[in-house]
Parts: sequence; structure tokens; C-alpha cells
Amino acid sequence: MDHRPQAWGRPRDDVYGAYDASYMQTNGPNQHTQSPVVTGTSVVAIKFKDGVVMAADNLASYGSLARFTDVKRIRTFADTSIVGFGGDVSDMQYLDRHLTELSIDEAYQQTAHTLNARSLHKYLSKLLYHRRSKFDPLWNHLLVAGLDEEGKPFLAAADLLGTTFSSPSLATGFGSMLAQPIMRRYVPDEESVANLTRDKAVEVVRECMKVLFYRDARSLDSYSLAVVTKDGIELSENEKLEKQSWAFADRIKGYGTQTV
Amino acid sequence: MFRNNYDNDSVTFSPQGRIFQVEYAAEAVKQGSVVVGLVSKTHAVLVAIKRNAEELSSYQKKLFAVDEHVGLAIAGLTSDARVLSNFMKQQCLSQRLTYDRAMPLETLVSLIGDKAQLNTQHYGKRPYGVGLLVAGVDETGPHLFEFQPSGMTQEMLACAIGARSQMARTYLEKNLDKFAACGREELILHGLRALKETLVQERFLTVENTSVGVVGLKEPGKKGLEFFKVHDGAEVKDWINSLTNDTEVAEEPTEEPAAEGSAAEGSDSMQVDP
Repeated sequence: MDHRPQAWGRPRDDVYGAYDASYMQTNGPNQHTQSPVVTGTSVVAIKFKDGVVMAADNLASYGSLARFTDVKRIRTFADTSIVGFGGDVSDMQYLDRHLTELSIDEAYQQTAHTLNARSLHKYLSKLLYHRRSKFDPLWNHLLVAGLDEEGKPFLAAADLLGTTFSSPSLATGFGSMLAQPIMRRYVPDEESVANLTRDKAVEVVRECMKVLFYRDARSLDSYSLAVVTKDGIELSENEKLEKQSWAFADRIKGYGTQTV
Repeated sequence: MFRNNYDNDSVTFSPQGRIFQVEYAAEAVKQGSVVVGLVSKTHAVLVAIKRNAEELSSYQKKLFAVDEHVGLAIAGLTSDARVLSNFMKQQCLSQRLTYDRAMPLETLVSLIGDKAQLNTQHYGKRPYGVGLLVAGVDETGPHLFEFQPSGMTQEMLACAIGARSQMARTYLEKNLDKFAACGREELILHGLRALKETLVQERFLTVENTSVGVVGLKEPGKKGLEFFKVHDGAEVKDWINSLTNDTEVAEEPTEEPAAEGSAAEGSDSMQVDP
């Protein structure tokens, strides 16, 4: 019997023949992420007077292929904050596990101090910056929403470089071009947040998701919608786009197989 | 002939189940001059008697600010306290850097608790020879914690450690019910009265030997913070005056700052901590 640690957990040579060690090679180059593989598209979020509304569709694309149509891209943290993930889905899953671990560690403190949305955003931005500094970035653009230490609505973004940005409305990816102008009509500045009701904010976000579905070829008509307020989080993961109207499509020319 | 063989290191139990090195470290705390801490619903206060090693020297600092929201008072070896204090400052800063928040008090105190406990379980190490009172305000309000060289930490409503601290504790126990509802000034005066109890005859609280540290909420129930600040010298004058006013005994406080020095206060013969 071979007791060397190298042989642990491997088929016995005397029973199965010599093991092909070429499978064990570890001296190849260690490759860092050069580009995302399976991706999620836009995340949109808008502040209203009592909290924040966020939405992201349930699609994970493999290039231009709509590969997975049931991937939830908004997660909750400690029942007080939400994180929306745009970009690489495997990195999202890594961050998801990491955040679960963080929230468990945090819950082990005897007195319940849970990280608020501001703390969570700071932590994630540091994590993303740390990874980009190792030249092995987590290929995501995150939106973090919840309440800050004073109980006021909080919304901020962090990207794969660790860049942070905060605004009454935010969107990642295509949404930054298509949804942001719509949302900015309702909350151009921090003051106007106090005038926006929850119902109106939800309506605006749903409208944005519809526009994105019309114009973003990597999007889906089924999406997740989360509302975070001081009373907690309402996350519904199987929303459907309603009242779609493709009448405008008639007028679009110059793409695809059109000949006229 | 018969020496105690069980006190050479901090890893060997005596047959009675004691670890003498840790108990000796606790004695070092009793040699330090007294510090008192107490909390109300809105504030946490630390008060301390400073000593000067000799007439010509300055007074040894007893209160340290750790962060905006935390401060500590020390009794025992000052140099050991500085190590712990620097460690706490770093931990608070890193918490602000990575989470953008004030370090929760309990987390901070358990960090130094763990750090000190390691020293009682490793051969060749010695326990810290200092006791701390850590006062601060976090998300859950004002807190006071006691830290001992054994690594034991406890949340306290009021506490006193150091030479003759039993006298202060007696005062604190007697007045415990009043503290919670106290305002800032009242709480400081309670602290100073407790401190005064520990003084030997012919010794007084003076602007030279008294330190007051305060941290609290600006308004009850609100988030605004009055940062931890140490008051020394002229800043404590009014408090000391109002203290001498409320004693019926019309003793004139002679402005004699510790003529016979620290030796008397810390001597073994004194009745400290049964």
C-alpha cells in the first residue's frame, strides 16, 4: 500500500494500474478572468420616499444565446438590504456565497449589529477593488439598496474596478443608457425623492423593464422586483412584463433579414 | 525551602486549579490609580485620578480616545495599556475603512479579550498587567465594559478598578438606580463623587490630578454623537468646584498636589479589593 500523501484519494496502482499523472499537472499558467462568460444584463433601481425599488430580469445569457431563463439576480442581505448583480453569473454566485457567509458571521455577534446597506456597499466595493488589484476581477456591476444608519433610503453602485457611484436612480449595463433617462425624469435630484411614492416608483421601474425588453437583445420578459423599506424586503422573483406593445417595431428598419 | 513552583509561567495550573501568573497580573491592576466608569441612557463617562511619579514630573495619562465613539481608562501598567489601545485604534480604523461604520463596542472588547486570553495559554508569554474600562456609544446606545488581564470582559452599568477602588464601587452600588436617568453633568458628578471616596485623608481632587472622559448621544434616541473627549486641567475646574460645594464639610481643599507621591497609594499594606 502506498501511503505517500500524493497518493491519497487516488486509485491504487496495484489494483488499477499506473495512474496517468498528466491529469494532475498544476504547472500550467494560472489564468485570471479575461472576460465574462455567462452574463446577466441590466439592473435598475430607484429611490422613493420610504425606500428603494430594484429590478433585474431572470436571464443568464451565454454570449448572445439566452441560455438560462430562470436565474435570480437580486438577493437579500440580513433582511435589511438588497444587492442586484449585473455581469458574470459565476462571479455573482461566488459573491452570493461570500455574502451568505458574511451574514452568518455577522449574526454570530451576541448583540444583533447587522451591517446596513451603506456598510454592505462599502464592503463590496473594497472586495471588488481588491480583486481588480490582483488582476483577477470579479466581473460584476452591483447595485446595493436599503436604508442607511439614519433610516434614509440608500442606493449605490460598485463595478468590477471598485468604482462607486451613488444617485437617486441607478442602472447597470444597457439600463444606464435606456432606463436612467426615464428614471431621472422622476427623481432628477435627492430632494425629489421625498415626493415619489412607492406605487409610482414601482410603476416607473416596471416601465423601465419593458423598455429594456423592447430594446436590449439580451433581456427577458420575466424579472425579479424587490422593494426595500424600513419594514423589510418584498422580493418577488417571477414578475412578467404586461401590456407589451410591439407596434413601434414596424417602423424599425435596417436590421436582420429585412429586404425593404 | 518551599517555594511556590506553580507561578513560573502562565500555562501551569497549581494543584488548587489556579494560574498564579494571571492572579499576579490582576494585582498589577490594583497597583494602578483608580478609574471609575458609569453609563446612563444617553452617556458613558470615565473619570480617573492621575499620578505623578515625582513632584517635578507631569501626570501620567489615564484616559485615551480610541475612536470618535470609544474611549478607555487604564489601571495598571501603562505601557501594556498602550499596546492594547493602539490595537483597538487600528481595529476601529479598519472597521471604518471596510464597512464605513463605527466599531460595535462588544465586538471591539471581545477582540482584546481574545488577545489577552492567548497570553494566559502560551508558554513564554505573560498576561497584560492592565485593567481597562472601555466606554463608548454604538448603534445600540452607550456601553461600559470592564476588561481584566485574564481576558475576561464584562458589560457593566458602573465600575471602578485600581487602588482602593472598593470605596468607589460601594458608592456606585449605593447610587446605581439613579445613573440610568442621569444627564451628562449629573453623571460626571456621580463619577467624581465615586472617585473622591477612594481618596486617602489630606488628598483631594484637583485640576492637576483629575481626568474626565465623556461620550454620548447629543439627543436621546437620535443618532447624533458627542464624540469621546478627555477633559483635563482647567476644563474640569467647574466640576470639581461643584463637587466641593455639595459637601457639607467646609473643608478647604488645599492645593497640594500629592506631596508624598504615588508610593503610599499603591502600597501593599492598603486595603484594596478583598
